Amino acid sequence: MSQPALVLENVVVAFGALKAVDDVSISVKGGERRAIIGPNGAGKTTLFNAITGVNPPTSGRIIFEGATVTTKPAHLRARMGMSRTFQITNLFPRLTVAENMQLALRGTGPGKFSLFGSARLSAEEEERVMSALAISRLGERNSVEVHELSYGEQRQLEMAMALVTRPKLLLLDEPAAGLSPSERIIVSDIIRALPRDLTMVLIEHDMDLVLRLVDYVTCLNNGQLLAEGTPESISANQRVQDVYLGKARDHA
Amino acid sequence: MASAYSPQRRIPIPALASILIIFGALPLFASSYQISVANEILIFALLAMSIDVLAGYAGRTSLGHGAIFGASTYIVIYWISVAGGSPWIALLLGVLAATMLASVFALLAVRVSGVYFLLLTLALGMIVWGVCLRWTSVTGGENGIRGVGRPEIIADPLVFFYTTLVTVLIFSFIIWRFVQSPFGLTLRGIRDSESRMSSLGYSTASHMFIAFTITGIFAGVAGALYALFNNFVSPSTVQLSQSVEGLLMAIVGGIGTLFGAFVGSAAIILLENFVSDFTPRWPMVLGFMFIGTMIFAPEGILGAASKFFRSGWKKNRIKP
Repeated sequence: MSQPALVLENVVVAFGALKAVDDVSISVKGGERRAIIGPNGAGKTTLFNAITGVNPPTSGRIIFEGATVTTKPAHLRARMGMSRTFQITNLFPRLTVAENMQLALRGTGPGKFSLFGSARLSAEEEERVMSALAISRLGERNSVEVHELSYGEQRQLEMAMALVTRPKLLLLDEPAAGLSPSERIIVSDIIRALPRDLTMVLIEHDMDLVLRLVDYVTCLNNGQLLAEGTPESISANQRVQDVYLGKARDHA
Repeated sequence: MASAYSPQRRIPIPALASILIIFGALPLFASSYQISVANEILIFALLAMSIDVLAGYAGRTSLGHGAIFGASTYIVIYWISVAGGSPWIALLLGVLAATMLASVFALLAVRVSGVYFLLLTLALGMIVWGVCLRWTSVTGGENGIRGVGRPEIIADPLVFFYTTLVTVLIFSFIIWRFVQSPFGLTLRGIRDSESRMSSLGYSTASHMFIAFTITGIFAGVAGALYALFNNFVSPSTVQLSQSVEGLLMAIVGGIGTLFGAFVGSAAIILLENFVSDFTPRWPMVLGFMFIGTMIFAPEGILGAASKFFRSGWKKNRIKP
């Protein structure tokens, strides 16, 4: 694990004059579990979009598994082994769970241009779908259309679809957003049960959830890198506390 | 039993069989005029299905398919009557031209969606219309081109009617198979969420390109049949109203139902032909029908019917 899985060098994402991500450099080791935290508007999701190619950086470099991917389109990065979930649930609502999984599975493999072929999955593919659904604890819902699932189940399906591709790098954008406390526990259990050799980058607001799940934490504020360190050092970091809880005023 | 992960759709034998029976039995009691109306219904049903593949499955509303359809008609008639070539080669060339035109449209339109896709395909269709209108030396301008009649073996209206029926049924099956294929599933994925598709590794632009080009084949076959049916082509065959009519047929029948195209095509062509006997204001009746469809059955006639029967069936099942 000498080579870092993901390196960002001086990444800037600007929308006109606004620098949503401002000169951020990060290095994530293979197999590491990294959290990116920060208040609303810190640039976390924008950074994710730069990493996955949805919105390529204005300047700087992104290196994934040793290859520069800065300007590569999203679908090619996905084929290289990047997989993501979305903060705002992004599924195929009018398709069934099985069809959603099939699209996720076939996206990085052959057979997606099969014009008159059979929709049937091979035994090996079915096995992969089963295990991804099992990890995400979403069994027995295959023939249900996704818009009929509960919100929590939709978040679980997000995870299952990201996992079924067997990614090298998994990017989770607030996997527990909008979930009830009990559903949050399910999500954190799912994350904890992920294979240990999978590199994972996680955006999350919930500090308690994050600090128990990851090896290393990056804190962003106003698009800039504020602090990096182990979960313990970050929770003890005065500047991070100031950003999250507000600064104590001298004259209060 | 098929596994839940391998939703293998059954061949739509009831739909195809009812089309075969309804249209196939028509000559037993219909007049020759009514048969020619039915013939037109079949041809436009194929055009409407080609539009429905994009509108109902890929979520892209095209207003350019009338021009693709008409381009095929032009080529077929030109090849037979002006160039004096074989009618069979003409049909082939017509479909080929439509496919190539569709691929040009596709190159330009695949990167946009929603109203931009609509406007771009509309504009491309207008260009084809403009060329047909102004390139008088080739297209005959407003006067159009008259054909020289059908080849001997399909010259008889009844034989041609059955030829159309069989061709349209075969293509209905091909289109159905196409939308149910793994590739067809990717189109429905693009319809539901293009950003998710690209994050899963799909090049959505190439999928849309292939889909658009293939629908060009279907529209081209319809246009070639229309050339044999109508024996005349003029700029009105490629004009915008042709695309609009095809789209409205798909909508009235039910977007995303595929076979609804037959219902929509029948509804609109029957109205045009029979209401115009009673009143010159038949477009008004047509307008009221669209409004009625949009208010009472936005999912189209076939869509509403299948919903009705499905809910009725469920209710019956719950009964002890």
